[in-house]
Amino acid sequence: MRVDQENTDVIQGTLDMLILKTLSLQPLHGFGIGRRIEQVSRGVFKVNPGSLLTALQRLERAGWLDSEWRQTENSRRAKFYNLTRAGWKQLEVETEDWARRTSAVARLLKSEA
Amino acid sequence: MSLWRQLTRGGRVLLRRHAADDDLTDELRHYIELAAADLVARGIPEDEARRTAQREIGNMTVAREQVRSYGWENVVFTGLGDLRYALRRLRRSPGFTIVAVATLAVGIGASTAIFSAVNPVLFRALPYPAPERLAVITDRSGDGLPVEVAFGNYRELAARTRSFESSAAFKAWQPTLAGKLDPERLSGQRVGAGFFRTLGIAPRIGRDFQMDDDRPDGPSVVIVSDALWRRRFGADPTIVGQHVRLDDADHVVIGVMPASFENVVAPLAQIWAPLQYASVYAPESREWGHHLRVVARLRQGASPADALRDIDRVARSPVPEFTRVPWARMENGFLVTSLQADVTRAIRPAMLAVLGAVCLVLVIACVNVTNLLLARGAQRRAELAMRIALGAGRGRLLRQLLTESVLLAVIGGALGLAVAHIGVRGLVALSPAELPRLSAVRVDAAAFVFAALVTTLVGVVVGAIPSMHVLRQDVSSGLQTAGRRTTGGHQRTRASLVVAEVALALMLLVGAGLLLRSIQRIFAVPVGFDAPGLLSMQVQLTGEQYRNDSAKARYYSNVLGAVRAVPGVQAAAMTSLVPLSGDLDVYGAHLERDRDAQSDGAAMRYAVAPEYFSVMGIPLVRGRLLDERDGVNAPRVAVVSRSFAKLAFGDDNPLGQRFRLGPRTGDWFTVVGVVNDVRQSSFDANPPTAVYVTPLQWHWVDPSMSVIVRGLGDPARLATPIRSAIWSVDREQAIVRVATMNALVNRSIADRRFALILFEAFGLAALLLAATGIYGVLSGAVTERVREIGVRAALGAAPLDIVGMVVRQGLGLAALGLLLGLAGATVASRAMSALLFGVSRLDATTYVGVSALLATTALVASALPAFRAARIDPAMTLRSE
Repeated sequence: MRVDQENTDVIQGTLDMLILKTLSLQPLHGFGIGRRIEQVSRGVFKVNPGSLLTALQRLERAGWLDSEWRQTENSRRAKFYNLTRAGWKQLEVETEDWARRTSAVARLLKSEA
Repeated sequence: MSLWRQLTRGGRVLLRRHAADDDLTDELRHYIELAAADLVARGIPEDEARRTAQREIGNMTVAREQVRSYGWENVVFTGLGDLRYALRRLRRSPGFTIVAVATLAVGIGASTAIFSAVNPVLFRALPYPAPERLAVITDRSGDGLPVEVAFGNYRELAARTRSFESSAAFKAWQPTLAGKLDPERLSGQRVGAGFFRTLGIAPRIGRDFQMDDDRPDGPSVVIVSDALWRRRFGADPTIVGQHVRLDDADHVVIGVMPASFENVVAPLAQIWAPLQYASVYAPESREWGHHLRVVARLRQGASPADALRDIDRVARSPVPEFTRVPWARMENGFLVTSLQADVTRAIRPAMLAVLGAVCLVLVIACVNVTNLLLARGAQRRAELAMRIALGAGRGRLLRQLLTESVLLAVIGGALGLAVAHIGVRGLVALSPAELPRLSAVRVDAAAFVFAALVTTLVGVVVGAIPSMHVLRQDVSSGLQTAGRRTTGGHQRTRASLVVAEVALALMLLVGAGLLLRSIQRIFAVPVGFDAPGLLSMQVQLTGEQYRNDSAKARYYSNVLGAVRAVPGVQAAAMTSLVPLSGDLDVYGAHLERDRDAQSDGAAMRYAVAPEYFSVMGIPLVRGRLLDERDGVNAPRVAVVSRSFAKLAFGDDNPLGQRFRLGPRTGDWFTVVGVVNDVRQSSFDANPPTAVYVTPLQWHWVDPSMSVIVRGLGDPARLATPIRSAIWSVDREQAIVRVATMNALVNRSIADRRFALILFEAFGLAALLLAATGIYGVLSGAVTERVREIGVRAALGAAPLDIVGMVVRQGLGLAALGLLLGLAGATVASRAMSALLFGVSRLDATTYVGVSALLATTALVASALPAFRAARIDPAMTLRSE
């Protein structure tokens, strides 16, 4: 087993945004999304498969994602998720919101320092 | 998030559940494959990579559950799962299921049936527009009791009050309808012109009465009911304008009421004619007799209290244009009652008592099923503890347990509706015919809603206590004991439920007992005549040839002669009034020695042939009976009842005293004899004051008289020959109300018997439920204590000791329940006092008897498990541990 001390769970409430962001680059299947989040965060975030698939289900139900079964490179059937127009809009909203919040936190931390 | 998408997507998953499941499994499997492949690419051996990936995603089932728990459709899925599980469990223990469902069906069914009867009669608004503005006006006697209104007073009130939109006086009217068929006496009403307008219902064909119809010598017009129109006139659409013969006079039909018209003031009335009273009248005329009822519609915004103040103002300020007479001076004021309250006044106490009783039955049924579920819960402890240990959420388990109890309630409720349906039919068949609004009694939408609400409530309530018990328990102890022993807590709950059950059953049985004693008392009051062997029937004279009194008298004497000649008739007499027939003929009395008094009480008037007393078997107490000499020209004499003699003359010798009855004109009546009291009306709170005179000496000859016949054998067999004999005198006259006196006696207690039958049925149900409750708890206790009892037996306890131990436990519970129940009954019986007769609501005999009955039942219910306990083989139980 790959034990990584730096590994942490995704920050509460950001998983949706991370998924949307990941899918904004290209359609991916569930494992691919988890993998991409891990890679891009350089292993800081590790996504629990159960939470990931539940989140996908929820986002799809919300109309932000589409899904279709497609062949992968190694010719296996997989469920690919795709960002919808509403998903793009949602990503924008969440990104802005996140930026607002992080800058606020950053300002607070700076002022205290 | 759009609700629509939620619904459609969820619905799609619901419909193609397997496909959705397969998708999810596929996705998970693929996930693991890719994860493993990824690890292999990093140089980890194939099988280890696969295991790692597997571990990473965790238990496949748990992951699937987690993903699946999203979305409303999954609540449906788990609900369906719970339902299937509950059904399976109920099927596995048919004994429990049948008992529980049957108990709930009886409880829900009985309460729905009673609700179906009580709701329309007592609570639903009357079937008229703005029914809350309808009121009944009655005069008040000196002691505050309602008295019927005199037309003279009504006319003054109608003219001078301002708080009523409209009003109408009315009285009963029973015309004889002649035609191609046999002459038939109809139930009808003579009404003021505004009667239907006041109620707010117009005829469906033809016109309503106009002011011009309602005057003396006005046109002879009638309005008929839809039922009469269909029955006698073949629903003839051209009925309006046709002539009918009523009481041998020509009448023109001017209208037909709609089929939906429900006449709550006279449910049986089929025909209406205008009142046609005069506006100028002599003191002794009928316009000054207290014999009218008045219905009125309050003006918008006026309350009954306003109306009463308005009436009082008029009553206190006489004006010259409206004369008053000494017995109708309005000085005691009037009563204004809402029509709804007036119509239901007689039946309300019985209905509320029955409603209370059925609620008790429902509660007892719930307690019993709760108890059964608790017993099952004890058996399931191990199973549930196991499931909690395996990670089942308590909320999830609670939902499952409640599903089971609600399912029980729903099955019970469905059967209960069938029970209610049958029950309502029985109720309608059993109920006294005078029950107002009987036609509205059925299992309707409101009853369905009621049953559904009760069912849900019962399901949740019944399941709540056992579920709490199961969930509170300690998992490890549940696992360790594996359901062999029990904790004290749940036995205590069951024991207190049994105590409650016994207490409630006792309250119900006390009610039943008090009613039973009342009926006994009513029967014990002597009717005052020898009812067996007596037959009565009424003849009503109509027609031009009977306009004068001597013709009427001749007819009656011919009838009597013809009837006496019928073989099998031992004796016959005529009377204007038959005791217990439901008719009343009361007049105010005025004593000669007491000239200035307003009123000296009232008495029922009987104009009777001299043989009446011997035919009826009414014994003479003192003086003499009436005889042939008391004719038209002889001095006026009267025989009075013992109660009248006491009321009018106290301890003085009544013989030779003189009084007037009714009209304050003409010669005084001299008392020549006193006879025993006779029960006159169904349920007389007042002493039966009666005055008997010969028809020839009364102020008028009655247009209808009853023939009373004493015959050999069953008097009902004489009905046909007697009818022929009467018709041999005049074929045109209607003969009505043929009844044996025994039937009249029985009918007079019909309403109490109605309540009694229901109470007895409910009491029996409660007794059975309490018995099964005690039995269930004790036999559960014995099962759970098998080991302990085995040890006791091994240590030398005699079987009798063991029997005693179990029985003591049962009787202890019963005793506690009895005490609580007695306390409850002393309070609850207050609601019944209006139904009781001659027995205190705290009647000791009833309370002791009912307690003994319940104690005996408890003893029997304890004995069975006790004997089972005594038969426990110590060797066997000890080995099996």
